[in-house]
Amino acid sequence: MAYVAVTGGKEAIEQSLKLLELFRESGEDITVSCIKENMRLLVDKIMSEAGFYSEEYAALALKQCEGSVEEAVFLLRAYRSTLPRNYYSSPVDTREMRLIRRISAAFKDIPGGQILGPTYDYSHRLLNFSLLEERPDSINHESEDETLSDLSGDDIYCGRVTDLLRAENLLKEVPEDNTEPFDVTSNLLTFPAPRSARLQTFARSDAGFLGGVAYSSMRGYGAVHPTVSELRCGYVEVCVPYVLDETETLCIGEILVTEVEALVPSHTETADEFDKMTLAGGYGMIFGRNENKAIAMSIADASLETEGNTPSQDQEFVLTHGDSLEMSGFISHLKLPHYVTFQSKLDRVREKEEA
Amino acid sequence: MIDTKHYNFAFLDEGSKREIRRSILKAVAIPGYQVPFGSRELPIGRGWGTGGIQITLSIIGKEDVLKVIDQGSDESVNAVNIKKMVEECTGVEITTDSEKATIIQSRHRIPEIPMRNDQILVLQVPTPEPLRIVEPKESVTKQMHAEAEYSGMWLSLFEDLTLYDKISISSEYPTMVENRYIMNPSPIPRYDNRKLNDSETLYLFGAGREKKIYAIPPHTKVESLFFDDVPFETENFEGKSCRLCGATGVFLDEIVDEATGEKVYECNDTGFCKGRRDRQHGNTNFKN
Ligand SMILES: [Zn+2]
Repeated sequence: MAYVAVTGGKEAIEQSLKLLELFRESGEDITVSCIKENMRLLVDKIMSEAGFYSEEYAALALKQCEGSVEEAVFLLRAYRSTLPRNYYSSPVDTREMRLIRRISAAFKDIPGGQILGPTYDYSHRLLNFSLLEERPDSINHESEDETLSDLSGDDIYCGRVTDLLRAENLLKEVPEDNTEPFDVTSNLLTFPAPRSARLQTFARSDAGFLGGVAYSSMRGYGAVHPTVSELRCGYVEVCVPYVLDETETLCIGEILVTEVEALVPSHTETADEFDKMTLAGGYGMIFGRNENKAIAMSIADASLETEGNTPSQDQEFVLTHGDSLEMSGFISHLKLPHYVTFQSKLDRVREKEEA
Repeated sequence: MIDTKHYNFAFLDEGSKREIRRSILKAVAIPGYQVPFGSRELPIGRGWGTGGIQITLSIIGKEDVLKVIDQGSDESVNAVNIKKMVEECTGVEITTDSEKATIIQSRHRIPEIPMRNDQILVLQVPTPEPLRIVEPKESVTKQMHAEAEYSGMWLSLFEDLTLYDKISISSEYPTMVENRYIMNPSPIPRYDNRKLNDSETLYLFGAGREKKIYAIPPHTKVESLFFDDVPFETENFEGKSCRLCGATGVFLDEIVDEATGEKVYECNDTGFCKGRRDRQHGNTNFKN
């Protein structure tokens, strides 16, 4: 429908919304639980960029917006704004993570062992045409269940690889910091940003943006090419202080997260410093199974600890330009009319010509 | 109305609204100073007026009457969209009559009819930092404001003058508030800048993506930056008038008449124009 952007807006919007509904509906409907169960990694990506952990609502958002990542993130973020914020959770100790996967690129043997878990890393990326024929009723659920129970044994928990290095004094001493974490969702970032703010911002960053930042640092626009000391993926319990007794906590549920600790040699300039060289860490923690983003986060984090003029070392640059909602909002606003400002521009351009 | 089971009056939860109102109070207390706030995500895109909407949602009550304009127009898609959202989550009365409204939210314009002291104008701001044109870093501009170190800004205006013989900033022309803070008036045309000075009404500016709120309370001194020997210039509509209502001395939209190919002009403020025409036709029952 043709419209003049300043008049007839109401009818045009109504028609547009009807069209959207038409585009969204298809001959073959898909349920929210179907999306939740089958598009898990996509659901994880949405939850992580939205900073909102709910598989069901993430799947609902995807269903509502034809599977657009940025739209789904947008829906969840907006919904998040309507919820009162009653608690901050207590710190989670990831040593208590119920692991589904855990690898170290630093050591062959680690206490507790390497657990490959579900990963695409060693799969061959060949289109599996037999899936074209796969129908819900053609999957033999019974045998599937057997295989799963064969695969899963007892719950696995284990300490972290960095605990070993710390015991050997190979890790850079980092004093325990128990200052109240900065909350980026209810405060404007100020610079230099505390590490808690940096990590929160990265955790919610657009995965593509964060990947680009990390990649640039590894390729030479920066200094960080880390060793992944440990990547682990599993479930952690989230607890909040108990209202009636602050020393007690209440467990409110379990979330699936990916955690990465990356190591880089500390910067040295003199021979003496070289002798005392230790390892410094970058940290990544992301909702869901989201490995590349977690690794990218650890690199971005480590990169901000280094000195230099590359984009990945510039706090303000990397912390203010990676939010999916903010970037897509501002880019898309260019579609709004700008007649008045353009009129002012014309006025200046014309006068310049006349002058 | 959207379903009240899942959504609060005015969308945001009460705690968030209170927090935003506190930031507004601080902004009113320090005119022109950008108060950081915990900007919430809304169902409308960041960069599409979410700063203004958050202010509106935080101050609106059931008795308020709201007008929303975009580029001077009540019927522009974005204005319609914002009105629809606020209406759905508050159920307040919506009007196009700027004199009837208690809250007017606007993007890129200040209404032609001067606003009163029982009204509030909420302006949407994309880039609140006026010094951004001379300094990209927030940490640096913050310090510049703290020290009132504005030489960079003056220098950039001067460079402009030497290059073009006039200041080339078209809209969003920087202002000085109470001789203290340089403030971005939002992308209003230069023509509207004077309405900020010593006004009867309260102006609230909201930048959602950049997470800042600032304010111009009534009777605040607001000057557009100028040099003693180079006066501030507004857009020039001399000799032009609205083809619909005949108004002169207002901000006009330039339109090409499809039939004749001629350049013609219409009031940019559509509510103002309609009001004039209704009165000219003796229609005193001016309604939406
Ligand atoms: Zn007119």
